[in-house]
Amino acid sequence: MDSCNCIEPQWPPDDLLMKYQYISDFFIALAYFSIPLELIYFVKKSAVFPYRWVLVQFGAFIVLCGATHLINLWTFTMHTRTVAMVMTTAKVFTAVVSCATALMLVHIIPDLLSVKTRELFLKNKAAELDREMGLIRTQEETGRHVRMLTHEIRSTLDRHTILKTTLVELGRTLALEECALWMPTRTGLELQLSYTLRQQNPVGYTVPIHLPVINQVFSSSHAVKISPKCPVARIRPAGKYMPGEVVAVRVPLLHLSNFQINDWPELSTKQYALMVLMLPSDSARQWHVHELELVEVVADQVAVALSHAAILEESMRARDLLMEQNVALDLARREAETAIRARNDFLAVMNHEMRTPMHAIIALSSLLQETELTPEQRLMVETILKSSNLLSTLINDVLDLSRLEDGSLQLDLGTFNLFAVFREVLNLIKPIASVKKLHVSLNLAPDLPEYAIGDEKRLMQTILNVVGNAVKFSKEGSISITAFVAKSELLRDSRTPEFFPVPSDNHFYLRVQVKDSGVGISPQDIPKLFTKFAQTQSTATRNSGGSGLGLAICKRFVNLMEGHIWIESEGLGKGCTAIFMVKLGIPERSNEPKLPFMPKVPTNHGPTAFPGLKVLVMDENGVSRMVTKGLLVHLGCDVTMVSSSEECLRVVSHEHKVVFMDVCVPGMDGYEVAIRINEKFTKRHERPVIVALTGNTDKVTKENCMRVGMDGIILKPVSLDKMRSVLSDLLEHRVLFEAI
Amino acid sequence: MELVQIQRRLVDYTKSLFMEGFLDAQFLQLQQLQDDSNPDFVFEVVSLFFEDSEKLLNELTIALDQPNVDFKKIDSHVHQLKGSSSSIGAQRVKNACIAFRNYCDVQNIEGCLTCLQQVKQECYLVKNKFETLFRLEQQIMASGGSVPTTELGF
Repeated sequence: MDSCNCIEPQWPPDDLLMKYQYISDFFIALAYFSIPLELIYFVKKSAVFPYRWVLVQFGAFIVLCGATHLINLWTFTMHTRTVAMVMTTAKVFTAVVSCATALMLVHIIPDLLSVKTRELFLKNKAAELDREMGLIRTQEETGRHVRMLTHEIRSTLDRHTILKTTLVELGRTLALEECALWMPTRTGLELQLSYTLRQQNPVGYTVPIHLPVINQVFSSSHAVKISPKCPVARIRPAGKYMPGEVVAVRVPLLHLSNFQINDWPELSTKQYALMVLMLPSDSARQWHVHELELVEVVADQVAVALSHAAILEESMRARDLLMEQNVALDLARREAETAIRARNDFLAVMNHEMRTPMHAIIALSSLLQETELTPEQRLMVETILKSSNLLSTLINDVLDLSRLEDGSLQLDLGTFNLFAVFREVLNLIKPIASVKKLHVSLNLAPDLPEYAIGDEKRLMQTILNVVGNAVKFSKEGSISITAFVAKSELLRDSRTPEFFPVPSDNHFYLRVQVKDSGVGISPQDIPKLFTKFAQTQSTATRNSGGSGLGLAICKRFVNLMEGHIWIESEGLGKGCTAIFMVKLGIPERSNEPKLPFMPKVPTNHGPTAFPGLKVLVMDENGVSRMVTKGLLVHLGCDVTMVSSSEECLRVVSHEHKVVFMDVCVPGMDGYEVAIRINEKFTKRHERPVIVALTGNTDKVTKENCMRVGMDGIILKPVSLDKMRSVLSDLLEHRVLFEAI
Repeated sequence: MELVQIQRRLVDYTKSLFMEGFLDAQFLQLQQLQDDSNPDFVFEVVSLFFEDSEKLLNELTIALDQPNVDFKKIDSHVHQLKGSSSSIGAQRVKNACIAFRNYCDVQNIEGCLTCLQQVKQECYLVKNKFETLFRLEQQIMASGGSVPTTELGF
């Protein structure tokens, strides 16, 4: 054996050892070469592997290691220098790569480990999300169920349908075995089984309302799990099986009176119904939270739906009631109308029937009075006459009042002389007053209008009645009548706060005060004065007769005239003052300026209606000039004729009262002349009235005439009557505007 | 009596003039204006009319003969004629003038010429009528009677 530069084996080559080393090295090399291949294969298969570079490095490391070991196989025996070189190179490379890989791994292994933790984290997260998804889904389903249930419940306004539907839908959604509704009875002390799901006709089970379990349910707004053994849950005949879990929830029953805006929904006087839901027995189902929530929501919805149904029922009932009342009222009205008609017919007949004999009695008695009579006979006839006069007055009063009562009396409005009315009353009352030695004075305010619009007859009747009363109830002294226009400050009398007269431009309030110094009236009798047939008890009134209707009728008349009447007295023996105010119209002025468009009014003036009226006529056309002149001369005017505008302006003077000018002649500007005339005469009353004579009255011509300040237009040809009326109107008003 | 006959003839003749449309209510107005202080009012007015109308018609003929027809001038003449005729109540003349004016507005020379002829015709006719009327009136006046006023009962 030659010695070489290689390392000398330290012990003699052992063949077995050598063999084993050889084989091991071989296998190591094989493994080392196959691992990268596997890695590459599997990494190629997987889609994502972030550390390719590392893989390459690792692969290189392994390959080189393998190569090293492979080359080592040759070094067991004699090997050439080349092999040694290759071996060295391989070892060097392997060393480099290994170190690099070792260094790299320091970075990479923590990453890889963290990847693992991240993976775990993500898995947890995924599980959590799954759970949450599950929850949301269940919630959404619950929501859907609630919506559907609500829709079903609210789609009807009938109480029974609502409740039945609720139970059915709940049963279906939650797959219940039984669902029942207990309603409070009329007394409110018991709960009665009203509706069930499975049983067709719930027999009237009742349960007292004050059971602890029921109180527990009523006091909470949530669904409460109750024991299956409590009376409300024992609906079915005893089952052999283990009953499922039971839940009860309260359903508020809202009445109409509960709908106060601020009090929703907590009220102490609320009534509740009880809804009991049972899961199927023998199923291991439990009540889940979302199911309980569903039940609570449904209970609330049911409450709302029931209240709607209640409202509807209520309004239907109210409507029915109103219709009934309407019918009854209609009937009553018709009956009343028939009664009134019957009464009016009766009155009309009685009116005639009563007056006729009355008239006969009075007339014949007065005739009898004229004949020769013995004193006793005269006395008797006078009594008859007085009594029948009284009776006649009574009949009149009653008839008048009944007509006033039902409002069928209407005022006869007309223009009348107010002063004359007062004078008439004075004249009528003076004889009686002078017999009683009473002094009557009339005081009319200076601002009282002489003429007024109103019902003269009834106003006189009122004044006469009031003054007559004053005279009747005074035995001595004086009576003063004052009349004036009520001013607005005085209109609001503190004694008549409900009377608000509103004066306006064409109405005024007449205030009449009649003061007497007679027996007076005690304050407690004053309200009775105006009531029908009521009389004060003093003997004086009893003797003086009267039906007690006078003041009532006066009050009615005064009310019809939109006024007010009242009596003031300081007490018995102190006289009294009767005051009334009525609304009267102010008649319009009789000489208002007339409107521009005058109707054609043919007047019957004599032929020379305008003697000596100086008129200027300007017309180029000889024939029409002559005709116009003829017309005016016939009416007696003093006519000057001109045929051109210059001549017209030269001739016109303040003596001419009217200027007629033809404006429709083209070429001659009648308008210009009018303007010049307007300029010439600055003062309006000196200026003559300018009238245009034209063949057409279209809008343009009219506007032009108005613009230049003409006072009127006349359409040619002019008739005599037209000219006459035009002149008279012009001279009266100085404005015509169109005469066709 | 002859007077009565003439009077009746006058009345009938006047009525016929109204019926045929030669005269209208304006003529009645004119008659009303005639009184003792103004006995020949109607005659004067009618004569004046015919003088005027003759002048106007001549002017119109000349104007329409021009190569450049001045419609404005024609219009003003016709307007005058219309005014005059309506003042005395010569209805047909007035209507013819209105038609004339329409043609004048649209500047239709042919139409104008036709209308001119028509107006001349109407003037001539109504002049004859008036002459007859006045002759009858003169006869009545000469016989010592009074001219009956026309009562129209339309």
